[in-house]
Amino acid sequence: MKDLSDAFIIASKDILTEIRNREVLSSVVVFAVLVIIIFNFAFGSSERAAGLVAPGILWATFAFAGILAFNRSFVMEKEEDCIEGLMTAPISREAIYLGKFFGNTFFILLVQLIVIPVFSLLFNINFFNLELLAITILATLGFSSTGTLFAAMAVNTRARELVLPILFFPIVSPVIIGAVNASALVLEGQSFAAINQWIGILVAFDAIFIVASYLIFSFIIEE
Amino acid sequence: MLQGGFMKRKILFALSSVLILLSFYMVLVYVPTEKNMGIVQRIFYYHVPLAWVAFLAFFVVFICSIMYLVKRNQKWDYIAHASAEIGLVFISLMLVTGSIWAKPAWGVWWIWEPRLTTSLILWFIYVAYFIVRGYISGEERKARFGAVVGIIGFLNVPLVFLSVTLWRTQHPPLTIFSGGLEPSMLLTLLVCLFAFNFLYFYLLAEGAMMKEDEYNINLLKDKFARRNN
Amino acid sequence: MKNSIEVTNLCRNFGSFEALKNVSLVARPNETLAIFGHNGAGKTTLLKILSTVMKATSGNVLYGGLDMQKDPEKILSNIGVISHRSFLYSSLTALDNLTFYARLYSVPDRNVRIKHLLTAMGLRTRMYDKVGTFSRGMQQRLSIARALLHDPGIILMDEPESGLDNKASETLWQLLNEKKRTIILTHHNLERGYAVANRFIILARGSVFFAPDNKCPLAELEAAYSASLEVA
Repeated sequence: MKDLSDAFIIASKDILTEIRNREVLSSVVVFAVLVIIIFNFAFGSSERAAGLVAPGILWATFAFAGILAFNRSFVMEKEEDCIEGLMTAPISREAIYLGKFFGNTFFILLVQLIVIPVFSLLFNINFFNLELLAITILATLGFSSTGTLFAAMAVNTRARELVLPILFFPIVSPVIIGAVNASALVLEGQSFAAINQWIGILVAFDAIFIVASYLIFSFIIEE
Repeated sequence: MLQGGFMKRKILFALSSVLILLSFYMVLVYVPTEKNMGIVQRIFYYHVPLAWVAFLAFFVVFICSIMYLVKRNQKWDYIAHASAEIGLVFISLMLVTGSIWAKPAWGVWWIWEPRLTTSLILWFIYVAYFIVRGYISGEERKARFGAVVGIIGFLNVPLVFLSVTLWRTQHPPLTIFSGGLEPSMLLTLLVCLFAFNFLYFYLLAEGAMMKEDEYNINLLKDKFARRNN
Repeated sequence: MKNSIEVTNLCRNFGSFEALKNVSLVARPNETLAIFGHNGAGKTTLLKILSTVMKATSGNVLYGGLDMQKDPEKILSNIGVISHRSFLYSSLTALDNLTFYARLYSVPDRNVRIKHLLTAMGLRTRMYDKVGTFSRGMQQRLSIARALLHDPGIILMDEPESGLDNKASETLWQLLNEKKRTIILTHHNLERGYAVANRFIILARGSVFFAPDNKCPLAELEAAYSASLEVA
């Protein structure tokens, strides 16, 4: 439907910006790897300890890195009032949300595509299996849906670097708890049935917050 | 708009004062000491109502936020804002009393159990409500953005509770009381619950009125400033 | 014949501040309406409500009889907005920017249209350059090209000539007049605004101060404007 195609036009524009600029990928990926290294100094004293804290480190890192990406996605719309250009175009406000949401999700997944192999290397953990892929996608949708909404809010305040984390971290705590616990169970070798309930929480979060953000977004960007 | 109901507020004030005084008597004198935890257990009679009001207050913020976005009538924002202020105080007190109770009861100041953790997250959501409002200029935008935090925050609370519950089932559960509540304890708890409820509604009524007064004062200030330009 | 734009009792409050008080106006088809007013009179607020970026507190706006609340996308597809911010992405090239907006507005034969506008605005040679490298005047010219991509019947402009030299201004009006359009613009320069418009409105402190039915003499306009400054 029209909203989806308009959203794809906007998401493509964001991807094109990244191709022209190469800012997000370089800075966010470097930041993520640095955070992982710091966490490793903090927690990874023994190999056994490293295995226990690995999922936590990974998801905490993506939460911090995600904030950088979400913030930038709306800073670009604030410059030259581009958000007004989007609002005066014959597209719905919901399509604008979807477009930014798709773009942000894509970027986080791209960052994860690079960072997770690096992580696997540094921690000697095999992170490549289907369950972990599912967890990663669900958790990223959760981060991105709320991150997009809150970044749109934060960029309209006088202290965007403060407001975005303060909103983001409490709200995505179920996602972090879910992703970390599910990942830990998978790495222990548990079957899909064991992580069922965690997947359920992630799916519930995504469903509720994608819909809620989609509906509420227009109240944020109107002036 | 909210100016009417002077009598109602006086009644609420009287009721809450009486009930709170009564609760002091009941908690400190009337109710017997619990056999396992001793005197410190009496905090429970305040801790539970504080928790109840903290969550009730946020529910009110949620409903008023929706009403504000739909109707765009500033009065809904007065109520939401006032409720958030009261809720923040009550939830802070709840967390503090919870800690004071936890140390002698379980030996630790804090435990990551579902109710406490959810309350901690709610505390942060309350704080986010005020930080967002604080860093935005323009009363209409403050109300609008606050409403968004109120709605998203409230939807979040059950999910936090669920995820922490699931997380902590991997650890031994807490027993708060072995056995049920004696009638006298139940009565004391109920009195405290009613007392705090009435206190909340009284504070809410006064608070919302104050917000309206602030708004009207700003209106006058603005007109005065422009006349004297 | 329906009015292009009909504004009825428009009010806009920001908390306690009344930016617009019961503003009513009409823009007839194919006429150019200039809005003047002191700083803070409400000109930009009015334009933002007309372009749907801002919501009115009360009152309504009809476009050719259609209510903005009921069918915004249909109305917006016929409106072009020019502001003093360019709505352009500085990391993208001129071509990228125009292609993006052309897709959003479903412009037919967009490559042809883009090239035509770029040439008309004298930016063809800079087509593959990032907009961040453009001067202020060039950005404004590209912004005009952006607004005209979909050949809108209604144009809303907030201080359109700021940052433009005479030649660029000429081109702007040339392009605007290529087709019959209804134009509402704000202008800080009374003489210049008088020259390009068919009718005027002066806003003062959020209300309509002066709104003659026809194009009155410049002297009358200037007198009214000075009077409006007293009220401010």
